[in-house]
Amino acid sequence: MAPQIDEGLRSELQKQGIWVTSMQELYNWGRKNSIWPLQFGLACCAIEMIATAASRYDLARFGGEVFRPSPRQADLMIVAGTVTKKMAPQIVRLYNQMPDPKYVISMGACAISGGPFKQGYNVLKGIDRYIPVDVYISGCPPRPEALLHAFMELQRKIDGQRLTGTPKADHLEATHPSEFPVPEFGAHDLQPPANPALFHPPEIHR
Amino acid sequence: MAPDPYFFLIIFCGVALTFPVMPLALAWLWRRFFQPPKPGPAKNATYECGVESLGEAQIQFHAQFYLYAIIFLIFDVESIFLVPFAVAFTGLPFGAFVAILIFLLLLLEGLVWAWGKGCLNWTK
Repeated sequence: MAPQIDEGLRSELQKQGIWVTSMQELYNWGRKNSIWPLQFGLACCAIEMIATAASRYDLARFGGEVFRPSPRQADLMIVAGTVTKKMAPQIVRLYNQMPDPKYVISMGACAISGGPFKQGYNVLKGIDRYIPVDVYISGCPPRPEALLHAFMELQRKIDGQRLTGTPKADHLEATHPSEFPVPEFGAHDLQPPANPALFHPPEIHR
Repeated sequence: MAPDPYFFLIIFCGVALTFPVMPLALAWLWRRFFQPPKPGPAKNATYECGVESLGEAQIQFHAQFYLYAIIFLIFDVESIFLVPFAVAFTGLPFGAFVAILIFLLLLLEGLVWAWGKGCLNWTK
């Protein structure tokens, strides 16, 4: 969206003590500075997530300290750790139970792709097979600074989301789904092994 | 003309109504013009630990559990009452002594009953 007011004029007004904003900016400013994560950890990344929330790294500086034990009150799901195939349906269901707008940070190698367990039989090869991921953090496990960086990236993303026009923010689109199909346990693997509407395996060009 | 002495009550009611209704109205307007509601089966489900809920919430415990209640009274509740009884034993008036004795006898009856039922047998 083109800025409604000239940036120079705006900063000039600000110097005079007049603060000009738009509804979209106000809305996004409020949202990005109060992101409540869902309180759950899956593996060793969760320890780093706890360290991030604790006093030394202090996620509270970014408005994300209120870890909610209920998905009904959470805005952000930090998938912190190895997602086993046994756990995957529960995670998707938790994601479905979160109210819009909701965001997902895929933390660490395991949550991104299965990590060191990618060749194993029991680990999901990336949570983005079932739910849409907003920010990926590499690392095994990522340091708390990396999680803070992901948090800031998410804030940047939220800040850029638009209330009107196209493309709008996902949660404002009536056609954008809020719930995704929960996989079921099949004979050998989760059924379906990936959500075809979400997940497109990378094409290999030789 | 002086305002009615009870006029402040009307103001009070107005504020009391506006205060809760305004956020609700704003939320409704937001829903109407910006954010379409997206309910779904998982979102409207009762349980929220990621696991699907099974069975009914209104379950009844079987009457056979009365034996556990008796054992609990004898070995937990009674011991709590026995400690202050033992501490204050020398200074107790006769009436209090009889009262605690009746209490003990009642529980002793329960102990005999539980013993007779075979509750205290150690299962190998």
